[in-house]
Amino acid sequence: MGTPAGFKLRQELMDGSRLSRTLARMAHEIAERHPDPARTALVGIRSRGVPLARRLAALVKEALGTAPKVGALDITLYRDDLTTIAPNPVMKGTDIPFSIDGWTVILVDDVLFTGRTVRAALDELIDFGRPARIELAVLVDRGHRELPLHANYVGKSLTTSRQEDVQVQLQEEDGDDRVLLLEREAARPAAPAAKPKPKRKRR
Amino acid sequence: MSGFPHRHLLGIEALEPSDIQTILDTAASLKEILDRPIKKVPTLRGKTIVNLFYEASTRTRSSFEVAERVLSADSLSIATATSSATKGETLLDTVQNLEAMKPDMIILRHQSSGSPHFLARHVRPAIVNAGDGAHEHPTQALLDALTLREKKGRLKGLRVAIVGDILHSRVARSNLWLLSKMGADVVLCGPPTLLPPGIDALASVTHRIDEAVEGADAIMMLRIQRERMSGGYFSSTREFHIRFGLTEARAKRAKKDVVILHPGPMNRGVEIASEVADGPYSVILDQVTNGVAVRMAVLYLLLGGASEAES
Repeated sequence: MGTPAGFKLRQELMDGSRLSRTLARMAHEIAERHPDPARTALVGIRSRGVPLARRLAALVKEALGTAPKVGALDITLYRDDLTTIAPNPVMKGTDIPFSIDGWTVILVDDVLFTGRTVRAALDELIDFGRPARIELAVLVDRGHRELPLHANYVGKSLTTSRQEDVQVQLQEEDGDDRVLLLEREAARPAAPAAKPKPKRKRR
Repeated sequence: MSGFPHRHLLGIEALEPSDIQTILDTAASLKEILDRPIKKVPTLRGKTIVNLFYEASTRTRSSFEVAERVLSADSLSIATATSSATKGETLLDTVQNLEAMKPDMIILRHQSSGSPHFLARHVRPAIVNAGDGAHEHPTQALLDALTLREKKGRLKGLRVAIVGDILHSRVARSNLWLLSKMGADVVLCGPPTLLPPGIDALASVTHRIDEAVEGADAIMMLRIQRERMSGGYFSSTREFHIRFGLTEARAKRAKKDVVILHPGPMNRGVEIASEVADGPYSVILDQVTNGVAVRMAVLYLLLGGASEAES
């Protein structure tokens, strides 16, 4: 998978083995804070939060012997910019096949940026029940928050400019594991608004 | 990554197979909301929808209303029996007055074929056809397709028998469009008086129900629309039942895993025997649930996203 149109590669932030080690460390932190995974669920935010949640759950199982439950949230219907983006985002569906009442739910996403995705995910999650506690795990925190939110488990924090983009690529979705720092190319003359195929984080 | 390239949903005839696919996929993904503890998402907050029904309806109207509420749209329903239509106001006058109240969408059911198309040319809000005369009833065909796809895993190659009053049925027309576009094999069956002339150009036609249901994957029974009948289309409902009613014995001629659909309201003992309607092959109540999901998908695709679809 190449870089999306309009962006050029600046730096590879993580390769496959670095990404695995980072996830292992995050899983370890989760296991440490929640030694009883029976009432803990990892809920991934679509798209790339879902495979990350599955991997973290498998790693927690290695540490504790029991795997936390895994769910998926599609926040499309809760977006605050739904009426300003065209065309309609494609929905892949929410799947939380267990009650979250009284549970600890750890939301999982690939990149934490403005925080608006997490806001939507919190709203949606609360429509499913009343968790005892909600935490947030992200592979990369790139700053620029527009809401008062922070993550409990962070794979890597870095300072970025708004001209940059962080792209997480995963085996399950993209065929390869790596994290890239991209930079917007200098404004090109009236480039057609070609949608990059692999969906970048919009916010 | 297709968006939905239409501003209105006027019929199935104008849709591409990919549009139908998009609606069905969206509906399948939205259906999960109906099983949540809180059956409401904020997606269409601040959008106003008018349900304008010039004909009696239970299922379609309540289904649209539920879909609107689940997606958090504000809606009002106007049944013409209690509206100014009884004072002689024309459709266009009524709708232009409603338009002045700035709705984003109008759901229209009307006895005249083509009325939603007419409105779409004259007013600004998005128009959804909830049944126009004997012409089309697109959301019904979509919910039938969603039900078939759920039960059979596909639409392509299915043998579907549509039986009964084809002449007056907008459901039959929309289904015929949809199923043929999606590659299913449709056979129509009814008495010669209740088949529109020339329909044999669009699908195979038989006057014998046993022949129609033979080896069918799905049987779609249609209601005898007595309110639209002015002449003698058949001698009696009893005779109609004997010659065209779906009985258990007849249903057995179809495939073992046949599904039986009916758009409702049913005339039990006329087009469909009670033991079939309530039997294990009947998916009539699944159709109703899927109706809500399909209507949610249509509202979302037409009203979600940027308001002026510029593709």
